[in-house]
Amino acid sequence: MITAVQISQLLQSAIVFGTVIMFGALGEILTQKSGNLNLGVPGIMYLGGIAGLAMSYFYEGHVEHPNGFVSLILSFIAAFAAAALGGLIYSFLTITLRANQNVTGLTLTIFGNGLANFFGGILNSMAGGVGQISVRTTSNAYRMSLAHFFKIGNLGKIFFSYGFMAYLAIIIAVVMYFFLNRTRTGLNLRSVGESPATADAAGINVIRYKYLATCIGAGISGLGGLYYTMDYIKGTWTTDSTIEALGWLAVALVIFATWRPLNAIWGSYLFGVLYWMYLYIPGLTRSSQEIFKMLPYIVTILVLLRVSMRKKREDQPPASLGLSYFREER
Amino acid sequence: MNHSHTHHEPLLRIAKRDPLPRSKAYAVRVIAVLISLLVSGIFIFSVTKLNPVAVYQSMFKGAYGTNRRMWVTIRDTMMLLCIALGLAPAFKMRFWNIGAEGQVLVGGIATAGLMRSLGASVPTPLLLIIMACASLICGAVWGMIPAIFKARWNANETLFTLMMNYIAIQLTSYCVALWENPFGSNSVGIINPKTQAGWFPKLFGQANGLNVVIVLLVTIGMYVYLKYSKQGYEIAVVGDSENTARYAGINVQWVTIRTMAISSAICGLAGFIAVSGASHTISTSTAGGQGFTAIIVAWLSQFNSFIMVLISLLIVSLQKGAVQIASQFNLNDYASSVITGIILFFILGSEFFINYRIIVRGKKGGDVK
Amino acid sequence: MGNTPAVEMINVTKRFGKVTANDHVNLEIRKGEILSLLGENGSGKTTLMNMLSGLYFPDEGEIRINGEPVTITSPKDAFDCGIGMIHQHFKLVDVFTAAENVTLGAENSKLDIKAVTAHIKEICDKYGFIIDPAKKVYDMSVSEKQTVEIIKVLYRGADILILDEPTAVLTPQETDRLFNVMRNMKADGKAMIIITHKLHEVMDVSDRVAVLRKGQYIGDVATKDTNPDKLTEMMVGKKVTLNIAHPKYPNPTPRLVVKNLTVVDAIGVKRLDNVSFTAYGGEILGIAGIAGSGQKELLEAVAGLQITESGASIMYYPREADGAGTELIGKSPKEIRNAGVALSFVPEDRLGMGLVGPMGMTDNMLLRSFRKGKGLFADRKTPKELADRVMKELGVVTPSTDFPVRRLSGGNVQKVLVGREIAQEPSVLMTAYAVRGLDINTSYIIYDLLTEQKMKGVAVVYVGEDLDVLLELADRIMVICGGQVSGIVDTAKTTKEEVGLLMTKFRKEGNS
Repeated sequence: MITAVQISQLLQSAIVFGTVIMFGALGEILTQKSGNLNLGVPGIMYLGGIAGLAMSYFYEGHVEHPNGFVSLILSFIAAFAAAALGGLIYSFLTITLRANQNVTGLTLTIFGNGLANFFGGILNSMAGGVGQISVRTTSNAYRMSLAHFFKIGNLGKIFFSYGFMAYLAIIIAVVMYFFLNRTRTGLNLRSVGESPATADAAGINVIRYKYLATCIGAGISGLGGLYYTMDYIKGTWTTDSTIEALGWLAVALVIFATWRPLNAIWGSYLFGVLYWMYLYIPGLTRSSQEIFKMLPYIVTILVLLRVSMRKKREDQPPASLGLSYFREER
Repeated sequence: MNHSHTHHEPLLRIAKRDPLPRSKAYAVRVIAVLISLLVSGIFIFSVTKLNPVAVYQSMFKGAYGTNRRMWVTIRDTMMLLCIALGLAPAFKMRFWNIGAEGQVLVGGIATAGLMRSLGASVPTPLLLIIMACASLICGAVWGMIPAIFKARWNANETLFTLMMNYIAIQLTSYCVALWENPFGSNSVGIINPKTQAGWFPKLFGQANGLNVVIVLLVTIGMYVYLKYSKQGYEIAVVGDSENTARYAGINVQWVTIRTMAISSAICGLAGFIAVSGASHTISTSTAGGQGFTAIIVAWLSQFNSFIMVLISLLIVSLQKGAVQIASQFNLNDYASSVITGIILFFILGSEFFINYRIIVRGKKGGDVK
Repeated sequence: MGNTPAVEMINVTKRFGKVTANDHVNLEIRKGEILSLLGENGSGKTTLMNMLSGLYFPDEGEIRINGEPVTITSPKDAFDCGIGMIHQHFKLVDVFTAAENVTLGAENSKLDIKAVTAHIKEICDKYGFIIDPAKKVYDMSVSEKQTVEIIKVLYRGADILILDEPTAVLTPQETDRLFNVMRNMKADGKAMIIITHKLHEVMDVSDRVAVLRKGQYIGDVATKDTNPDKLTEMMVGKKVTLNIAHPKYPNPTPRLVVKNLTVVDAIGVKRLDNVSFTAYGGEILGIAGIAGSGQKELLEAVAGLQITESGASIMYYPREADGAGTELIGKSPKEIRNAGVALSFVPEDRLGMGLVGPMGMTDNMLLRSFRKGKGLFADRKTPKELADRVMKELGVVTPSTDFPVRRLSGGNVQKVLVGREIAQEPSVLMTAYAVRGLDINTSYIIYDLLTEQKMKGVAVVYVGEDLDVLLELADRIMVICGGQVSGIVDTAKTTKEEVGLLMTKFRKEGNS
């Protein structure tokens, strides 16, 4: 039988896991709402992760008494900026130069993966070997939780045992919900993704909206990479393809959430539960665990099928998703 | 006060241009590659302070410096090419098959499974045929699942095939755990290392000769199929307009499923070649991201098989060269992904200058680049 | 000041590549005036208006609003000048409500749907619109969508309204309602430009008419000083007397016998309602009706491209008088052809349905013949010969038979399509809006080709919009209205007025 402690542990690891992909998915939702299908999410998360880590590594290495808070701010900005730059490359190619979105996104994933692991490798060798990077001060700042302030039980742990970014993700989701549904800019942005020709005729600067949504969206996705390096693996770098796999899960989550930020919150935690559940199911062999890890992807496919079969208008992807816009087309 | 010709127009405007002659279009692409090599050189220099020319030289040596290296480059080029060839018919039909990675893996799983179980009992030539067929079928089935849902319910194939990749990766992890050898290594190890049963035999004295023969046959076959066959014509019509296809009496749903079956079967075959003709083992990195890279190869070549050969060769040479500089200059071989990314960005961007022209204010029809 | 025109366009020129869409055009619109902008398809009306609305930028020339020179580089600039355009293809976001669409892009910073709704109600009351601001666009009828479009520009304070073929998709009643609203707006001092090529509407609603021909400005006249004949002359350039040869075929025989044909579309609306008729070999059967009355569905149902309700029958009888009939219902296009039925079809959407845009003429000829012959490979030699023949006989202007047909002019595209369909030696030839967008010369080439087919004993079904042409060209006219047959008349014994009345028969009854 699964005990209450185990459930608490499962939920906690699910929330930590979910937070990584929630950032990725939220950024991608913003991007896709502008009609850009950016398959570069994994690459962008790589860029965010390495930029944040490198920034705090150099800060901690060059300052006598590193201040966790300062380093946190610096690395946060670096991660957001690097990821947004990745979004800028994608935007320039797909919006201004009208390159194919799918192909550009995949290239961005290859590029981001390469750049991050290239510098990650350099950092590792500078630090003296794989896993030797340590940015403890910064990582601790990221991982400081309310649980340190007062004694809490299992239930409390489920809510209060995380670093600030877990809450930031939720805040971004809620803010994004209000932004998209209650503000004029949000309405304009949605119109750009649904029908750029309409938005254009209404005097909305389609190009600017697409650029801003894609770059800010990329920045938010990049925070997922930052959370992964700073909190999830506690401030180090491993050259495996975990971030890439998480990045694709983030793309899956966008579909699962049917492009709604609030759905992304519980969706990401559900993905986390599905991902870690195998640890808590007795009698699984090592091989059957792997079958279990398919669950998030299978569930996403089922949601995708349900959406396409029901054809409910509000659940569909933005109507111009994946298409470039060119006004003087004739 | 008669301003009949005031110019308050924007500084830059973009207009579609008449199609460039083919030679000029390729010149634009070549220029893009050259600029990208320059930018990559700047990147290498700024990071490592190494002379980029020396780096490119040793990259070339890394890819072609010795006979063995050259054959590794050729072998991997064939692998990338094979996947890109598989993707071509699907893309021509405007079906975004992002699932090559998974289709390669299921083909590889089928091959590895058969190699393990039948290696001792079935003679290699027969076994090779069985494995090839099995990989074709497994790939086809894997690709037909999203195709059926696309044809019947218009389910988004980009996202569906993407998810299928990760299911395939988990399936591979499952098989790796199942077939682990030696125990605890978390890998399958080389299959049939002593008997070499189910391995590609040497051809022209080369271990990878057969790889080249198979893939070049597929190359020619795909070129002919797309360009001259009735089915190739149907694919082109469906890709342009489903309405026109229906008008011409083409069964769009059936063509979608059939084309995806062919597409993913060839990707499955690439899995067979990867296992039987190269690594002789199976792991989650058997496809090694080439399923994604091949998408870019197929797209950039605009589905022309022979241009695919060139682009595949370019990309694999870069990757091999980067491995060399990694060891020689103490870098790491992810540099290859960076350089690949930069080159692809430039080629992608250059398409714009082939299809559009930029009009600068004041200059009538003035042309930049 | 009071006489300052609301809009002046002076020497405005716009080119697209080698095509000059507007050649030094001068145009003036006054306040409180409805101006009709008249011209054939392709005469540059929409291009000219798109430069006012900021979608295109003129290559040369000047635009003045209320006497002031202005630069309009974007739709936003146009709004700032008080110009609002109601596009022919509605620019609305389907998943938004009417209110969200109306307020889209407006300046006031906070999004307050309640205030927007109140403002919409105000506009509706003032000019006489009826709309539910909370309704989603995808649930709306065409006329509701148009209402949203008009409210949208009024909401943004437009004083100059451009309506691009607003009546093309409306029923006569809806058109009347629109014209009433326009008169209300005129009384309010708004300047309006209506693009149309329906002459009776020009006479009905406008104060002044400006005419464009092939990108050139021909001139303008007060509506009260002119008549449809004079306007046609300005539009076409010379006084045209429609003179389509109309020979009689000796003994027409039934070719297609359609009974009880009903088609229901994906959202459950009856597009065709119990349609029955017979098309004879050696006859041109004209089909008249307001756009969207079921013409498209009718032709597609015969071609095997529509799912029909049970009880329908389409019998095909070959040329031989004693030949047995073939039932077409339930057959796919491929099965129809395999059954030996020679059916040719020139669809309305030429590049989206009849042809493959990126392919050349040869490969487009192949569309009809690629299955021929055994084996895996398609024969491209015969199509190449056919392409050469069509190019020569119909005078298709193209650099080569491999040049993408997408890049040809409208007239040449249609020649390729009609040429291919006629080359199939059909026994039934169906055409939908075969001369839409074509110049007069090409139109006559097409009329002659169709008549030639008729004289070969082919059953020609001609869906058209110009009643004068239908009366001259066809032997009989079937009028459809709201998916039902409202009458079948002999062109020798009917008048334009009678056909016109039939076109709106059921609607009027339904509304009274």
